[in-house]
Amino acid sequence: MRANALWSVVAAVLLIAVPWIIGGEFYINMASQVLIYALFALSINMMLGFGGMVSLGHAGYLGLAGYALILLVINGFDQLSAAVLALVFSTAMAGLFGALSLRAPGLGFIMITLALGQIVWGIAYRANNLTGGDNGIRLPARPAPFGIDISSAPRFYWFSLAILAVAFFFIWRFSRSPFGASLKGARDQPRRMSMLGHNVWLIRWLTFVMAGFWGSVASLLFVYYNLFLSPHALGLQQSAEILLMAILGGATSLTGPIVGAAIITLIKNVVSTYVERWNTLLGMTFVLVIVFMPYGLVPGCQTLWRKITTRSKPAATKPIEIKASADSSSGGCS
Amino acid sequence: MTEAALEIANLNKRFGGLPATKNVSLKVMAGERRLIIGPNGAGKTTLFNLITGDLTADGGSVRLFGHELLGMRTPDRVQRGLARTYQILTLFPRETLAHNVVLALLGLDKLRWNPWVLLTGHRHLYAQAREALAQVGLGDSADRVVAETSYGERRRLELAMALAQKPKVLLLDEPLAGLSQGERQTVRELLGKIPRDVTIVMIEHDMDTALGFAERITLLHYGEVIVEGTRAEVVADPRTREVYLGE
Repeated sequence: MRANALWSVVAAVLLIAVPWIIGGEFYINMASQVLIYALFALSINMMLGFGGMVSLGHAGYLGLAGYALILLVINGFDQLSAAVLALVFSTAMAGLFGALSLRAPGLGFIMITLALGQIVWGIAYRANNLTGGDNGIRLPARPAPFGIDISSAPRFYWFSLAILAVAFFFIWRFSRSPFGASLKGARDQPRRMSMLGHNVWLIRWLTFVMAGFWGSVASLLFVYYNLFLSPHALGLQQSAEILLMAILGGATSLTGPIVGAAIITLIKNVVSTYVERWNTLLGMTFVLVIVFMPYGLVPGCQTLWRKITTRSKPAATKPIEIKASADSSSGGCS
Repeated sequence: MTEAALEIANLNKRFGGLPATKNVSLKVMAGERRLIIGPNGAGKTTLFNLITGDLTADGGSVRLFGHELLGMRTPDRVQRGLARTYQILTLFPRETLAHNVVLALLGLDKLRWNPWVLLTGHRHLYAQAREALAQVGLGDSADRVVAETSYGERRRLELAMALAQKPKVLLLDEPLAGLSQGERQTVRELLGKIPRDVTIVMIEHDMDTALGFAERITLLHYGEVIVEGTRAEVVADPRTREVYLGE
């Protein structure tokens, strides 16, 4: 326990010190991108890791929250009101998307989320008058929360880090709450949970909405970072990458999605500068991790570390297997 | 025993062209121990699934203390006092025994909707879970992971999870299946200790235990009730011998 607290403090200090450690605006901006994608991956992992629900439409929130924010600001709303309204709108849409997606179990669920994500992309692409179509639209400026200017790279990094820290804390509490326990139970034994009095459909729907909320928060950060949004940012590839981040890092762990986001973002942005076929490298990395650490990097490394240090029984420490949204026995998926 | 705990009337279920239950009607009085018997494929587990809402009935009525259950979702039926165990164990094997029972307790507690408080902070739930486990002789195993327990212990855990919910009507689907003689004796004793305010409907093939436990017996055959009555009546009925007990 004490060791965990110590590691947390060390990690926090290191993360805060990143702008001084790495220096250079390019790399600080890269670190900000990692934080933004980490929040995306954490949000999708609420559904994937804890709930066993695989969504291929998570980038849709980029479109919903992002365009709502920009349009509101362009139309005269102040930054705070625009952000709040964009979050409310996007989270409400997550409620609608969840109600539609959860009508189908397993593969059907995945396909509906994919379809909904593509509908958002299609609207963004075709509604030229509203979204600027393929050309996208610009956010005039970053906000100044509590009067603090976050236009510089280091300040935006710290702003993103603060938001991620808040989200991480909420999601950590969520994962260890009674609701989180019910969600994990619904992932593993939906029929049994139903027979224990749990409304499995409602548990999944609420999780979908909460994941939508944090996905929308990440979307706002994405727009603040780029000051621009176009349909390219919310396509299927984006949704798939967010999903891969969570799986690569380890969907059953809380820190796994953050690690996955860091690796994929760095390969995309840094390695691509030196390696022409960076997509191949990304694919190979993914394949290697899945072959040697099927539960992802963080759980895999934890198991490896335990084997090295304590030689504990692997059966007792084996991380759980992610199941695609299971049956919907209650009317509807550690 | 004046009030009907469970009243089933003309319950029908078809799987395509195959009728799984045909006009099943039975009345189980409060506090009664009822045994459902029948050969494999008679529709016993289907009947349980219809009562709990795991399957949707094609027609008929299922009343729990006068309240119609058909049309109600499974969790709502549980909130009304229904609990069951499964023939094929459905537990949470990577969790501790205590956590399994806590999930059962949470099912009836509004706390289950709270996404903010830490579950481990609610010590009363774990205390209740340990109490329920102690009732079935697993008090010392509360912190063990289910995957590391024996089959017999898991059967008892299923029972503890159901009893922890303090049900009004408990459906037991072959609670002795797969157990050794010693374990059967343990579970038999546990069943005997369940208080009379819990009405029990049990499916069981172990006739020694079943006949010793049940007050009334219903014999199902091809989805139909063909014999019903007291132990002596059912055992003496030639149709019971013909379709189930053998000559």
